[in-house]
Amino acid sequence: MRTIVAASAVLILAVLPVAAPWLQFVLTVAIAKGFAALGVAVLLRAGLISIGHAMFFAASAYGVAFLARAGINDLGLLLILSVLVAALVGAIAGMFLVRYRAIFFAMLNLAVSMVFYALCAKLYGVTGGTDGLPVPIPAVFGIAVGEPVFKSVLFYLSLALMLLVGLAVQRYLNSPLGHALSAVHSNEIRLEYLGIPVWTVLLIAYVISAALAGLGGAIAGFAIGRVVPDFAFWTASGHLVLIAVLGGIGGVPGAFLGALFLELLHSAAVTVTDAWNLIVGMTLIIVIMFLPQGFYGLFSRKEASSL
Amino acid sequence: MSNAIIPLLLDSLASAALIFFAAVGLTLVFSVLRVLNVAHGSLYSIGGYVAASICLFITSRQLNPYLSFVALLFSAVFVAAIFGPLIERSLVRWTYGKSEAVQILITFGLFLILEDLQRVTFGVQSFYEDAPMRLLGTLNVGGVVYLNYQIFLIGMALFVVIGLRLLINHTRLGRLITAVVTDREMAQSIGIDTNRIFILAFSLGVFLAALGGALATPTSGIAPGLGADTMVLAFAVAAIGGLGQIEGAAVASLIVGVARVLAIYLVPSLDAVAPYAAMLVVLLIRPYGLFGSVTARRI
Repeated sequence: MRTIVAASAVLILAVLPVAAPWLQFVLTVAIAKGFAALGVAVLLRAGLISIGHAMFFAASAYGVAFLARAGINDLGLLLILSVLVAALVGAIAGMFLVRYRAIFFAMLNLAVSMVFYALCAKLYGVTGGTDGLPVPIPAVFGIAVGEPVFKSVLFYLSLALMLLVGLAVQRYLNSPLGHALSAVHSNEIRLEYLGIPVWTVLLIAYVISAALAGLGGAIAGFAIGRVVPDFAFWTASGHLVLIAVLGGIGGVPGAFLGALFLELLHSAAVTVTDAWNLIVGMTLIIVIMFLPQGFYGLFSRKEASSL
Repeated sequence: MSNAIIPLLLDSLASAALIFFAAVGLTLVFSVLRVLNVAHGSLYSIGGYVAASICLFITSRQLNPYLSFVALLFSAVFVAAIFGPLIERSLVRWTYGKSEAVQILITFGLFLILEDLQRVTFGVQSFYEDAPMRLLGTLNVGGVVYLNYQIFLIGMALFVVIGLRLLINHTRLGRLITAVVTDREMAQSIGIDTNRIFILAFSLGVFLAALGGALATPTSGIAPGLGADTMVLAFAVAAIGGLGQIEGAAVASLIVGVARVLAIYLVPSLDAVAPYAAMLVVLLIRPYGLFGSVTARRI
């Protein structure tokens, strides 16, 4: 039953841009943010809230811009390399950060990401300052393509990646390693007594979450065509946590549900009002108060993880 | 070099004073309510907007310009009286005892709401009203012209540090607050009305934020986005000092103020990096901040 729901949802997503071409950009960005929110959700399962994941989102988008400038001009290669960049940054930052818990973890992630943001905004010679850097249109498997074709390829590639990566993350969360992650939330000290190295469990989760945020950042960079320091500002990180919680952290689809809901609501709301954040803020508060398992909780049969 | 030191010092102190106002309310609210209020920066900018509006009104009606100083204080009281009880009763109260993730997200939602309310109410143009600053005139220190208003800011910050210390150590209310901070359940069981303490402490935090915003307006003006920028700075200062430590916030604002001014003089391109770099270094060595204390892990 759930497979049918999921399959029809993906099919609808695939067909939507044919019916309404303007939706293609919205959906691509939604999937990109969904990847990043999934990264945040992975850490939330361990009870760790990061207000700094926009850093990996931005790091990977900057990575694409730099690599493209260095002459690498292939979509697949750029995606892989930029995700590796984000994972590497995640591994380095994670080695220090996963020692901390609760509010300290949140604050340190914020501090690291704000140093990154300030550097991006200020090092004009390297990063183009607040103007940012352009992300050029790469070749697709060695074939040079025009912008409309590239944007379609990007969308369907993101959709395919959403399925593949989503399944992989689902496998990870259901593996012993993934269960150890949830156990950090319930009782970390007992986990240590069982002989499970908490630091390693969390570091692996942190690198995975950074790579996911990086994948999202690279896709967003390609879709938007430019990377600016605001990608890494703390409010962007806050929005990623918001998406993860709206969708629900109980399962992989939650993050994408949250992102699709938010981006579609955004496109609908901008035509009516410019008080967009007001609507988002209220939705967030209402969902946390009355739907602690997020939208995913509405579909999930078993008791899903909540905050 | 020696005649560069005094202006450098005064600059650092004035910069520290402004950051201090934003951070001290945040840290006070955290120490009493155990909630990190992400919307704190918005209350700072709302204070600024209200103060700028009243000051512009005073100037346009050509009333006694010294009234603008009263207006600065009044706007902080006004914002605290309206938003303090309202926010604490409706939203913050609901998060007591919940996980940090829930607290951060609920107040982040509030931050989004308040930012848009400001944009709708005050528009997107920046406000600039420097009547209070012009009134106080300038001072000549070693050949460098210096604004008296900045000395006034330093004085106000000192006043707030001493005032809060006196309030907490030498008044009945202060002792009740200390009791609630030390052991909330015990305080409640001996008959302290903790709900009232929470409202008062939260409103005091809002007052300090709004006062900071009001006092900052004459020097730098106010524009959309100020709330978000102030929030991270206040956060950095509160974290460096140790969340919940008032004196810690004062020392931390000095550190951040000096770091910022030194960066502006030495490596101007890195001035925005300095506060966060300071926060990162301090937190990596002492995650609970300079004045914070370690709490035991629960089993």
